[in-house]
Order: sequence, then structure tokens, then C-alpha cells
Amino acid sequence: MALKISDYKTTGFNDWCPGCGNFGILTSLQMALSDLDLQPSQVVIFSGIGCSGKTPHFMNAYGVHTLHGRALPFAIGTKIANPELEVIVHGGDGDGLGIGAGHFVSTGRRNLDITYIIHDNGVYGLTKGQASPTLKLGVQTKAMPKANINEGVNPIVLGLAAGYTFIARSYCYDVKHLRETIKKAIIHKGMALVIVQQWCPTYNNINTKMWYNGEDRIDPATGKPIPRLYKLEESGYDGIVRKPEEVIPKTIAAFTRAYEWGDRIPMGVFYQNELISTFQQRISQRISNYLEAPPARQIISNKNGKSITSIKKMLDELKVTG
Amino acid sequence: MIDDFIWMAGGPQGSGVDSSANIFARACCYGGLHVYGKREYSSNIKGMHSYFHIRVSPQEVGAIPNKVDLLCTFDAESIVRHIWEVFPGGGIICDTEVMQTKISNIPSLPSAFFEEFIKTLDRNGMHHETVGDLLNEARKNNVNIYSIPYLGILTEIGKEIGEEQISKLTKMINVVSLGASFGLANYDKKYVEKAINMIFAEKPQVITVNLIAFNKGYDYARKNFKDAQINLKTVKTDEHRIFLQGTQAVALGKLAGGCRVQTYYPITPAGDESEYIEENQVFEVEGINEAGAILVVQTEDEIAAITMATGAALTGARCATSTSGPGFSLMVEGLGWAGINEVPIVINYYQRGGPSTGLPTRHGQDDLRFALHASHGEFPRIILCSGDIEECFYDAAVAFNYAERYQTPVIHLIDKALANSNKSYKTFNTDLIKIERGELLNGADIEGKSYRRFEFTDTGISPRLPIGTPGTIFWYTGDEHTEHGHITEEPMMRTRMHEKRMKKLETADKEIPADERVNFFGDKDAPATIVSWGSTKGAILEAMDMLSKDGYGVNYLQIRMPHPLPKEYIEKILGKASRKIAIEGNYSAQLAGIIKEQTGIPMDNFILKWNGRPMSSDEVYEAVKLILQDKAPLRQVLISGS
Repeated sequence: MALKISDYKTTGFNDWCPGCGNFGILTSLQMALSDLDLQPSQVVIFSGIGCSGKTPHFMNAYGVHTLHGRALPFAIGTKIANPELEVIVHGGDGDGLGIGAGHFVSTGRRNLDITYIIHDNGVYGLTKGQASPTLKLGVQTKAMPKANINEGVNPIVLGLAAGYTFIARSYCYDVKHLRETIKKAIIHKGMALVIVQQWCPTYNNINTKMWYNGEDRIDPATGKPIPRLYKLEESGYDGIVRKPEEVIPKTIAAFTRAYEWGDRIPMGVFYQNELISTFQQRISQRISNYLEAPPARQIISNKNGKSITSIKKMLDELKVTG
Repeated sequence: MIDDFIWMAGGPQGSGVDSSANIFARACCYGGLHVYGKREYSSNIKGMHSYFHIRVSPQEVGAIPNKVDLLCTFDAESIVRHIWEVFPGGGIICDTEVMQTKISNIPSLPSAFFEEFIKTLDRNGMHHETVGDLLNEARKNNVNIYSIPYLGILTEIGKEIGEEQISKLTKMINVVSLGASFGLANYDKKYVEKAINMIFAEKPQVITVNLIAFNKGYDYARKNFKDAQINLKTVKTDEHRIFLQGTQAVALGKLAGGCRVQTYYPITPAGDESEYIEENQVFEVEGINEAGAILVVQTEDEIAAITMATGAALTGARCATSTSGPGFSLMVEGLGWAGINEVPIVINYYQRGGPSTGLPTRHGQDDLRFALHASHGEFPRIILCSGDIEECFYDAAVAFNYAERYQTPVIHLIDKALANSNKSYKTFNTDLIKIERGELLNGADIEGKSYRRFEFTDTGISPRLPIGTPGTIFWYTGDEHTEHGHITEEPMMRTRMHEKRMKKLETADKEIPADERVNFFGDKDAPATIVSWGSTKGAILEAMDMLSKDGYGVNYLQIRMPHPLPKEYIEKILGKASRKIAIEGNYSAQLAGIIKEQTGIPMDNFILKWNGRPMSSDEVYEAVKLILQDKAPLRQVLISGS
């Protein structure tokens, strides 16, 4: 029987602020999982710390709420030990691009078959509104005593440089687009990065829903706001690498689009390359039966509780007499 | 004294000190002898001084005394540094040309060493301009000098293999002097040739030249030093023996113990363990046609190492990470997460001198308190301390049983002295490796039942299910949580859940028998008791032998599990001990402090050392003897080692 969105919901009280962008992300995730008919027990949702860190608790799927910035290495550990599991990681922009930036970069190099969704709202919400790593230089959101003294990091550019093989941007309240983007990311064979532009109704009074909708700039011809977000696919852009010779031009094209911000913000798939081997494939080259007998499936003792791992070959190599 | 022979190779790093010592040790092992080797090196790739002690004996030996019988030097610095360690009747192998080298011209000698060295020579009225002057002083002390024309021999080797550039052959000096060592002893060549073939098995192109170099050195010594008296004789043995270093013993124990994911970030001296595991990552499994395998992941830092191992452990696989002090400092937040989430993980922790970078390649035993207290908050943990290489093997395996039975991190404390020493043993008995997985369930066990990952139980242990098991769902969180694993801040739930976790430590304390937590050596009624932990074991056991020959009775309580501390056993032993002597490789006698805190029993005397070098059997013997003679201060600080 097909799974419904409600199959992924939990009953506990959701304590995100009313109007929080996380609700759109949560709903889109539940829709995507239901569309893909993934059993809740087959899915593990990882998260870091912050408002986005609570995501697993609102999902009826296996949930692992980890440490600040460390969701990726925890998730990698689970995925390599049991590659049958569908692993999805949620984290804020502070979590993944500040305290966890080292893991962000190294994860791109490994190209595991994992989906990483960054909730990017420009502030540290749960600690009451400090500047996060993506907030632009000079911007002062309402809880900040002074304007931001650091330049914001560009997560898409960083993701490209680090080697993520699927990089997309979506928006928390374009649920249709986000649902489809998350599905593409899950289906992608390799490490997928989805940056979700999200507003924080409590602390980010700059990049608000009105700002994204462009309500400050009315088209004189139509009398309607000109939205800041536009869809890459609708602009004739195609970031999918299909042949090795496309890698460099498509990477450059993705970089160019990734720097667009302010009046025109692209969303959609910037880059996708399934020609790169996944970490699982690389392990399989060293351990031929890895996928059939990953660490979680190996038997280590017999009925009498005796170890069945043979270290005879190593002991023979160390043998000096007898 | 044991009828033994101590050989030392010294030279700049990169000159082959290690490989010559390994060949020497193996050649002795092949000849039926027991070997204990200890490696000292600098945090440097090439050029700084390093040396390797090899002790050879017909019986098993586990420590190094303060003496050298044959010092095999590749450069001038090795002579200067170790000349006074050579005992009367012993010998020094050196380059004929090194005689003219002025001591003040040896660039890698640290000024602190040089100034102290010259002062001592002045005090004793010795000449000290050149290395030759020093060697003459040693001669007066009845030390034999075996000078070998390294350059001349290299030239001969060059002719034989058609290499005109002698500079390309300088790396053969180690094997030439190794050859001379065996030549002096008239040792059976076939064992050495077998060792050379084995050590260079993966580089067959260098075997021939090494064999030539060995033979040249050997023959030169036979011809020129016929009368040398070197006490190195083969013995017959049928025993099946292995020769290995501490990091290999840990790796083998982990494999046999069922470890299937190993994460690490490169660090000295832990790195060798992970590399050895990776080399051997695919292995046979008894009774199963398919091969078994362990994943080895080199992570971006130690935070990733512990968190990745923890994530992997959630799937039910046995997982570990391996590190040293600076790496463990980074791991602390991950340790706390594993603690609150009751994840069985093993951390093999190789101590070295700290704090901070401290002594990156030198010995230390200063992290017991840190292992015990690392992380904010409280959670149960189990700490194991191995005392020798064989214990490293069995402890590395049993650590996983404790981790899974009590669903909590186990810290296996090892140290540099164990990591980088090697020893011959009767081969390990893998039949002794039992796998106890504790309350680990599978999907069939919960069919038709409601499952809570953190269910309250009398023992504090909640039956564990791998993540991804069909038929249920649960959550993990670093926040305080409910039985299902959801965040809670409710005071009642916090009180109960925290107590449930902490209770596991009491359960472990009740269940784990004393003989898995301590070793006791010697006569239980002896008038003095040594209390120690870790790699001091070898030196202590030998010192006890020496003391007993002098008529002094001493026994020794080795603590192998300092947490949970086997209090009753300790109270039983120390309660009636008239004199209690703490021996530890740190400044503050950390174990003695823990024992006092938990049993109220104070130590009477302290023998401590923190100079980055392991304790020698002689210095332990001297220090304990002073105590037994009532001549010792409360606290003796040991300083041997170069």
C-alpha cells in the first residue's frame, strides 16, 4: 500500500515559531518520501543543532539528532555501515557552514549516496538571532547589536569546490519545487546538497517572505511584485553533466549562476554529475562483497559465542618460530 | 640478572635505524631467542637522532635496563648520545672516519644536551674535542671500539652492483653495521639473511644489495675482530612464536573482537594501528564462505572520527576509533553524545607526553584522569589499561564486549611505550576471544511488541536494536530524552533517565569479575605493595625479580580497569599492605589519587617519571630498593633515558 504523508508525521508538539520556514521544508520532505514510497524504517533523518536540528523528532522515520556541526560524519558512519538505509541530513547554515564547515568540505570529497538539506536563513535562531555564515557583509538583522562584519559564504560555490555531485537551491514555501528538488536529490547517485532559502520570522527581518516575493518592487506594467527567486530550468539552464567533457563548462556555468543574488536569485539544479564514482563503489573496489555484507550485516561469532574472524594469516606473517 | 644481550642501533632519522633493528630482532627470534625492542624517535622526518634498543634473551623479557652491550652507530651523534650507556666489556661499532669529527660540529645536537654533556666531561677531567677523544675515554672503561671503514665498504658494494655514485649507497650503512654486529657474535648468517628477505619482501629489488651489504659488514668484523666476545648464541625452540609491536597487537585484537568499522585521523603513535588494519582489511571468517571485511576511514579530524564510528555503531556493527591525547581532546563532544545515547564504541587511546602537542613521539602516562573525566556532564564509561603487548591484544577484543554489554563508550588506554615496542610471544590464543553482545535484539524479537530504545530497566540496560530495523521507529538525540528518544526537559524524566544511565556503571561493577580488572603478582604477604597501571608492568616485574634476589619481598597490584575501580579487591589487598608504593608515568600519581578518592587508602611512596621515556627496570629496582631501605624521600622522580 502506498505511503501517505501522514505516515511520516509524529504526534508530538512542534515548537518551531509560527510561520517558520522549517514547516515548509518538513512538509516537502514528507511529500517527497511518500512520493518515493520509502518505508519510514528504511529512512534515517540526521540533524545537527538549532531549530533545524529538531526536524527528526517531527518525522516518523528513524531519527538521529546529533551535535552542532557534526550531523554529516554521524550520517556517513551509518551509511557506510549499512548502505541499504536512505540517509537524509538536515542542518542549518551555521551548523553546516560555520562550526561544521570542515565536515561540509570533506563530505563533498567522498561522494556518498546521501542527501544533505541546508536550512539557510542567515541567522542563528535558537540562540536568539546572531549572524550566521551566509549573512552578507554589512547586513544587520534585528537582534544584532551591530551590522555583520564578515562577508557571507556562498554555499553553492563552496559545494561545487568541495565536489558535491548534485547541487540545488529551493525555497521553503515553494513546496512543489522543494518536494521535487528533494526527490531529485534522493534519487541522485552520489552526495546531494540542497540549499533551502528560508526565512526566520522572528530574527531575520531582512530576507523575509516579502523580500523573497519582491513585494518591495512592483512591476509597473502588471502592478504585481517581481519575485527575487527564478527557476533555472525555466531560463534554459541545464546543469546536468552527461559526458566527461561537460564537467568543466558546466561547473563554470554553475559558478556563474551561483554568484547571482539580490535582485535575481536562481533556484533549481545548478549542477549534477553522476559520472563520479560513489564512496560505496570505491569501497567495493577494495572489498568486493561490501554491498552484500556491509559491517551491519556481518556475523562475528558462532553459536557458542566464539569469535569467527580468522586472524591466522596475520599471525602467520608475524610468526618467527615453530 | 637475566642472561641477556642488549643491542642498540642509533642514527639520524631516515638512515634505516628501524629496518636494521627489525632485521636484528627477527634474526634473533629466528635463532630461538626472545626479543624485546623499544623504539625512540623524534617528531621529524629526516635528520634528527633516533635509536632502537633490542634486548635478546633465552627467556621472555619485557623491559629495558640502563645498559647497552653493543652500540651500533651510523653517525657521530649516536656515539655522543649513548657512549656512557655501554657497559664495561661491551662494544661500540662506528665509522672509522667519525673519529676526527668535532663534537661541537654536530649540528643536530641540541644545545641543552651539548652544554650539559661538556660540563659533565669537564667535571670528570675528560677530553672532549673529537668523537675519537670520547671513544678513547670509553676504552679506558674497558669498552671495545669496533671501527669500520663505512666508505670503503660502500665503495666495494658499489663495485659489485655497478653503482659509481657512493652517495646513493649511504643508506646501506645501517645494514653494513648490522652485519658487523652479527659478525662480532659469529651468529649464524642464515637467520639474518632470512630476516632481510622477510623485511624487504615487498621491495625485492633491494634484497640483493642488502644481502651484499650485510655480508660485507659481517665478513669485515669476522676478519678484523676475531677475538670479540659477544654473548649472542642461538637456542633451540619448537614453540610457535610471533614477533609484533603494540599497535599490531591492538589491531589484531580488534579484528578478532569483531570490529567492522575503524575511523582515524593521522596521529603519532596511534596511526600505525589503523594502517595495519587497512592493509589486512579483508580476512577469512570461520564457517562462512564469504570473506569478512573491516572498513577503515581516514577522516578529516578526530571529531569526525568519533562521530562517524558512533554513527556506524548505531547500525549494530562493532566500531572503534584510535587516537592519541591531542586527538582525544577533540573527540570529547562525541564521547558525551555516545554516552547519553548509550552507543557502544571503543576508543583505543595511545597516550604520549602532554599537554597540547607536548612530546609527540615520546612516552607519557598522563591521561588517566582525562580519560576518566572527559566530557561535560556525567555518564558511565569503562576504562581499560593494558600493561604489555599481549594484554593489548586481549583487551582490544574484550573492550567491545564491555561496550556492547553496557552500551557505553569504552576507552582502552595504551601508551607510546607499548605502541612502539615490540616483543616475541608464544602465539596468541584466539580461542580465548569470546564475543558477548549484551542485549542486542533483532527485528524478530520485537514483533508484535512496542519497543522503546531507552526503556527503563532494573539494570539500567535497555535492549538495543540496530537503526533501520523494520517494525518500529525510535530516535537518538544528544538532548535529554524520553524512553522513545524524544527531547525532554521534564524534571522527573531527567531524574529517571540520568539515573538509568548511571546505573549501568553499578551493573558493570557488579558483573565484571576482579580477575578481568586487576593482575596481582608476588607473595601476598610481602611487606611492600607496588600499585601501578599500564606499560610500567615490564620494568616492575623485572625489578621485583632483582629485588627478590637481594632478599626483598615486594608484590604488585596492576590495575587494568581503573573505572569502574575494583574497590573491594583493592581494599582487600591494600588494607593489609604495610607499605604502598605508587609507580606511574606522570607527575601527579593519577591512579593513586583515584584510589585514595574512592577507597580512602593513601600511598606511602611515589615513584614517578615524565621525561618522555619509559621506566627502565634498573631505575625501578633502585627506587623501590631505596624505599625498602627506608632511605627514600616520599616522592622519587626517575630520569633515565636519552
